[in-house]
Amino acid sequence: MQSRLKTLLLLGPGLGWLAVFMVVPCGIIFVHAFFERGIYGGIDYSFTFENFQRAVDPIYLTILLNSARIAGLATLIAVLLAYPAAYAITRAPRHRQVGYLILVMLPFWSNYLVRTYAWIVMLNREGLINRGLRGLGVIDEPLPLLYNEFAIVTGLVYNYLPFVVLAIYASLSRLNLEVLEASEDLGAPAWRTFLRITLPLTLPGVAAGAVFVFVLSVGNFITPDLLGGGRLQMVGNLIYDQFLSARDWPFGATLSFFLIAVMMALLFTQAVLVNRAQGESRSQVEGRTAKKAGLADA
Amino acid sequence: MLERGAGGLLLWLHLRLIYIFLYVPIAVLMVLSFNKAGLPTAWTGFSVEWYGKLLDSGPILGAALNTLIVATVSTVLATGIGTLLALGVERRRRTSWLDALLFAPMIIPDIVLAIALLFFFTLLEFTLGLHSIILSHVVFNIAFVCAVVRTRLRHFDYAVVEASIDLGASEITTFFRVTLPIIFPGVLAGALLAFTLSIDEFIIAFFTAGAGPSSTTLPMQIYAMIRFGVTPEINAMATIIMLVSFTLVFLAQRANREAVTG
Repeated sequence: MQSRLKTLLLLGPGLGWLAVFMVVPCGIIFVHAFFERGIYGGIDYSFTFENFQRAVDPIYLTILLNSARIAGLATLIAVLLAYPAAYAITRAPRHRQVGYLILVMLPFWSNYLVRTYAWIVMLNREGLINRGLRGLGVIDEPLPLLYNEFAIVTGLVYNYLPFVVLAIYASLSRLNLEVLEASEDLGAPAWRTFLRITLPLTLPGVAAGAVFVFVLSVGNFITPDLLGGGRLQMVGNLIYDQFLSARDWPFGATLSFFLIAVMMALLFTQAVLVNRAQGESRSQVEGRTAKKAGLADA
Repeated sequence: MLERGAGGLLLWLHLRLIYIFLYVPIAVLMVLSFNKAGLPTAWTGFSVEWYGKLLDSGPILGAALNTLIVATVSTVLATGIGTLLALGVERRRRTSWLDALLFAPMIIPDIVLAIALLFFFTLLEFTLGLHSIILSHVVFNIAFVCAVVRTRLRHFDYAVVEASIDLGASEITTFFRVTLPIIFPGVLAGALLAFTLSIDEFIIAFFTAGAGPSSTTLPMQIYAMIRFGVTPEINAMATIIMLVSFTLVFLAQRANREAVTG
């Protein structure tokens, strides 16, 4: 009983804080998604599904689908770039791997606005890329690189790539080398070993990274605002408008509700994937060599 | 891992290109902050006048002070609460639902948490200001501190705590004389990362700050400036902020080797 009391005292403040300042506010969003905007801009407290019907109205549906497409594209590119990078790090000598990882993670810990602003500097008409290409004589007129979907996707990939590398590295470094050697000894070509063994076993890392990029991209507000130049709206911008200009808070709540639902669905899928992969790797690989295979906790 | 030769060379090259991709934009920004002319991208000579301009700007200094207040208070609160939380979570055998709850503040889209908090504060008719930003920043900072301290606790030998109790020390004495010194590098690293996150956070602060310049933070100030376009002044401020973040993260890494890479 005393031990229980101690656990409660330790957990109490933290869980209490999260309950009051995260769970309850999200609950408020959930409830208000079913109310309506009052005539004078307030909230009309009568239950309705109207906001949900409005959200799938072609005008808003286009924005929702745009957001999903842009986030999906950013996720795909980030994973394709991150996987070989993480793979390259695991091949480096053990004592240098942590250094390589820190070098990848360092930009991730700096100011998001500044990192996004850096791409305005890079991509504008007089930016480094346009000047470079003109200097080389590749183009005469500056390319329209900024304020479009290309700029948004570039910004998202740039901002979230480090985390994907880290997540995939964590999976790769736990791989049991003996399984790979066994595959090679049995005559499997390298690409086959990769597709049949390495990739499936590191899928949890890929999933963790992908969910992270997708969730943070689909609800992003800064990147479309700064790099999209306000021409391309994503859900985040739409929510922002509902709260700060349109003053339709219940509709903003409904849109946020969508984002929370997407986030929870993806986290759930990821948990299922991880559970299954752990089950498989346990049956294929005994824990005996797991430690030897990589930096267990890096 | 197994193949060598051409494949290995390509991988090596790919990793180098990734580093170039990650660092060139930052480097360009930093170099241009020393550009003499007001032109954002063409080099016209070395100058530090933009840094001088920053120091003369009242709104920027005021915003910087606000940011320091928010970051310091929310870091102190989150470090205490987050450390206790980590100790509590690691005492439990089954943590899956706790893990999910603690992962949520890290992955929830900022805009959603921001409007949820704005909604919450408005319904309570709570006056917005620096204090509401602090209350909000503690939410995600708790999660990060807790995560870093937990990596430290994974290698913790609970036998030393039992030994201390057996030798007659009270629980409190044991915590301050045995447990805390051992996990301190993790606590410090967690605090440094929380501070870094808090000085950089924009969206949640923007929504929970309320109206008026008295609660404007530095990222809010930067956002307002960026929307007007590219200026060497922003480059200078961005450079300073980047260097502060890099230093803090470097210190966190020194304090606890697993802090930055999780």
